[in-house]
Amino acid sequence: MAPVLEVTNLRKHFVSKKGFPTPKTVTVRAVEDISFTINPGEAFGLVGESGCGKSTAARALLRLIEPDGGSVRWKGEDVLAARGPALKALRRRMQIVFQDPYSSLDPRQSIGSALMEPMQVHGIATGAEARRRAGALLEEVGLPAAALDRFPHEFSGGQRQRIGIARALTVEPELIVADEPVSALDVSVQAQVLLLLKELRERRGLSFLFVSHDLSVIRWFCDRVAVMYLGRIVEEGPAARVLANPLHPYAQMLRDASPIPDPSRRGVLPRIIGEIPSAANPPPGCPFHPRCIHAMPQCSRDMPAWTSAGPGQGGVACHLHG
Amino acid sequence: MIGFILRRLLAAIPTLIAVLTLVFVIVRIVPGDPALVILGDQATPEAIAALRTRLGLDAPLWSQYLSFIGNALMGDFGNSMVTNRPIMAEVASVLPHTIDLTVAAMIFGIIVGVPVGIWAALHRNGIIDVGARILSLIGLSFPVFVSGIFLLLAFALHWRIFPVIGSANLEDYGDRLHKLILPAITLGLVMAAYITRVTRSAMLQSLGEDYIRTARAKGVPWRRVVWVHGLRNASIPIVTVVGLYVGILLGNSVLTEIVFNRPGLGKIIVGALNQRDYTMLQGLMVIYCFLIVVVNLVTDLLYGILDPRVKQA
Amino acid sequence: MSDTAAELVAPAAIPAWKRALGKARSNPTTLAGVLICLAIVLAAVFAPWLAPHDPAEQDIISRLQPPSADYWLGTDQFGRDILSRLMWGAQISLTVSLGAIAAAMVIGGAIGLVSGYIGGKFDLFVMQVMDVLLSFPSLILGLIVVALLGPDLVNLVVAIALTAIAPFARVARAPVLALKERAFVEAGRALGFSHTRILFRHILPNILSEVMVMGTLWLATAVRVEASLSFIGLGVKPPTPTWGGMTRDGFENILDAPWLAIFPGIAILLLVLGLNMVGDGLRDATDPKLRNE
Repeated sequence: MAPVLEVTNLRKHFVSKKGFPTPKTVTVRAVEDISFTINPGEAFGLVGESGCGKSTAARALLRLIEPDGGSVRWKGEDVLAARGPALKALRRRMQIVFQDPYSSLDPRQSIGSALMEPMQVHGIATGAEARRRAGALLEEVGLPAAALDRFPHEFSGGQRQRIGIARALTVEPELIVADEPVSALDVSVQAQVLLLLKELRERRGLSFLFVSHDLSVIRWFCDRVAVMYLGRIVEEGPAARVLANPLHPYAQMLRDASPIPDPSRRGVLPRIIGEIPSAANPPPGCPFHPRCIHAMPQCSRDMPAWTSAGPGQGGVACHLHG
Repeated sequence: MIGFILRRLLAAIPTLIAVLTLVFVIVRIVPGDPALVILGDQATPEAIAALRTRLGLDAPLWSQYLSFIGNALMGDFGNSMVTNRPIMAEVASVLPHTIDLTVAAMIFGIIVGVPVGIWAALHRNGIIDVGARILSLIGLSFPVFVSGIFLLLAFALHWRIFPVIGSANLEDYGDRLHKLILPAITLGLVMAAYITRVTRSAMLQSLGEDYIRTARAKGVPWRRVVWVHGLRNASIPIVTVVGLYVGILLGNSVLTEIVFNRPGLGKIIVGALNQRDYTMLQGLMVIYCFLIVVVNLVTDLLYGILDPRVKQA
Repeated sequence: MSDTAAELVAPAAIPAWKRALGKARSNPTTLAGVLICLAIVLAAVFAPWLAPHDPAEQDIISRLQPPSADYWLGTDQFGRDILSRLMWGAQISLTVSLGAIAAAMVIGGAIGLVSGYIGGKFDLFVMQVMDVLLSFPSLILGLIVVALLGPDLVNLVVAIALTAIAPFARVARAPVLALKERAFVEAGRALGFSHTRILFRHILPNILSEVMVMGTLWLATAVRVEASLSFIGLGVKPPTPTWGGMTRDGFENILDAPWLAIFPGIAILLLVLGLNMVGDGLRDATDPKLRNE
């Protein structure tokens, strides 16, 4: 089956100038040559500590920020080259659910208007038909259609996240980018929202790019997963294999720090050995070597090449497995 | 500190050039043909052409612009069209009067506003506070010429404590001060009202901070806590307001000078308006802006002294 | 707490502006301000019917009369009724300041909105220009612009608007900088909304209340600047009565008839004070820092 989304060597650097009278240019390599594919109906996880570039990668492939290099293809169509109507049509295919349900809705717009506006913009439905669809979407995400005339501040965080999901569905997308969709919610509400997402995925045959720092959520939701460290993918493969038997020392650390497979009992990843180096000043060689217990002299010199982990088992970038 | 001052001085140069550019643009765009504006509708084409040559208006726009900026930065604003004297000389002869007035008004604003603001903050929501708030609201609602006329009527015409005419001999300091008091109070009233409000709210904020509680807990006398610890941290917003309102002060000084018939920049500008002295207006606009830029610079430097964190920025 | 459909949070749903209005109403200062402004607006609007005399009617016999039963506030040097002239003059003050502030609000607001939204070097440049505009003392700028354009109603509006554009641009821009980082703006982009739609349908409504409060406060300044320009002689031309112009006429006769300058002066003071009171009340009511006091 052909993948719906192909990301190849995606790159995003943030450049800033600081200082007077001799300004220094600081380049933050937020996303450095990452590649992955997502198949129809598949949930692909992107996992890593905060600051590793996973959210930036998600925004760059949606062109919410403009990437600096690489290519993104939606069913073969070049996303990064799309302009005007072509870009608008592509935006219908890929939607995003945000982390913070409190800032993702316009505080002065009623729920009904927030749901009907995208339908009007894309010419999907107007007037009474749009309202009927909006009501149906609310019910699909578990809220009464009566909520249409209310305003965002009248809802709890979990309810707002449901509204955010319904809003993403208004344009009938095929891929949802879920950027830490539950990490801002109360633990008791997280499971309900995750269940809703899984239900929608099955009912509508949606593909997912699921960005999270939470291994247990990824394990429960995703088919395949990529582990990111300092802007790069260091390991990729089926979720079951990567999370149970990781090859990369960093992935092993992540696994050991999050031992409980029950999503309702997990905690946030504890900090592991050492500080994360700055993406503005990445170490030479393998970016993980300063924190790696297996570090060898070669690790501080050469960037490890991508090595297959066996047929259908993904791959890893580590000299131990080179 | 020296690096900080140098940086600010350097940063003021582009601002000055931008201000000059804006003056140039306003004066060129707004009135259409300045020669026509000066001479009026009935002027003959020959007279207009002659005046255009005299004003340098027939040169290309960019060369007019460059010579305007260049001359202005050297302190040369050209000659008055009416008296044909250099504008700089006209201004220099009356500038001490205007500076006397604004500085005195500022001092009045500070010595009234700061204590009243602190007093109000200490009696929050009490009679004194409510009274201070109402009075300051009234104070900042007074157009300067109205308060000037009221003060003139009361203190100069009714009680005859102060003179009606404010033109003083610069050499005689007693006379200079005596004639300055009423105009300075007039001009300083709005300033005092603003400073009262800002001091009150800055003190309320600063007295609520933890370091105030710490100071009290370790036994520092309350008077010292208020005037040293509280006021030092409230001083930044106060300085900001004083800096910001110097512009308003300069504008209002024009009105004050009219009401009290004092010599100064305001009298010159009104004279230039009546005589359509077009080069004079342009020069005065630049001089006013120079004064504002200088005040902003001084405010910035004061920040650096009051708040050590600013120097690093 | 569970968040199933059955348990919608009870509506804590009084919109912010209603809360602000309620709070402003419970404040006696604001109420007094509203009453003052209302009285002056009514006097101006109904001047043709309410004014006891024709404001232009000259009466050689009764020149410089002190206040009396016939002329409540006295007469000027041409024997014209001060009260009637004040009522008609209010029209000029209100028209010029409302017009100028409306123009400054629209132009300055649009500049701040677009500049803040686009950001980057463009924003930096626009704000530099606004800073330069701010460094002109507003009375001086107004004075010179009116002098160059010629004093009439429209030019007064233009000149006063020009002095108020920069502050409105700053006030509009600041919240835009914060709002454009909110996820709902990104959500709009992800949904394929145009920048114009995001800017005017989603960001503008969220900054409107701040700009409106600022508008009330600046209305007071505009009244003061208009009166000052008229006092200098750059107001709407006589015989149209203006408060500043009347004060000036009175000032020239201050030894013979002090009431000539006092009454228009009080009128200006009252209007500016009333507007400041309303503006203060609105600002306190909408300022989130003070809301929970």
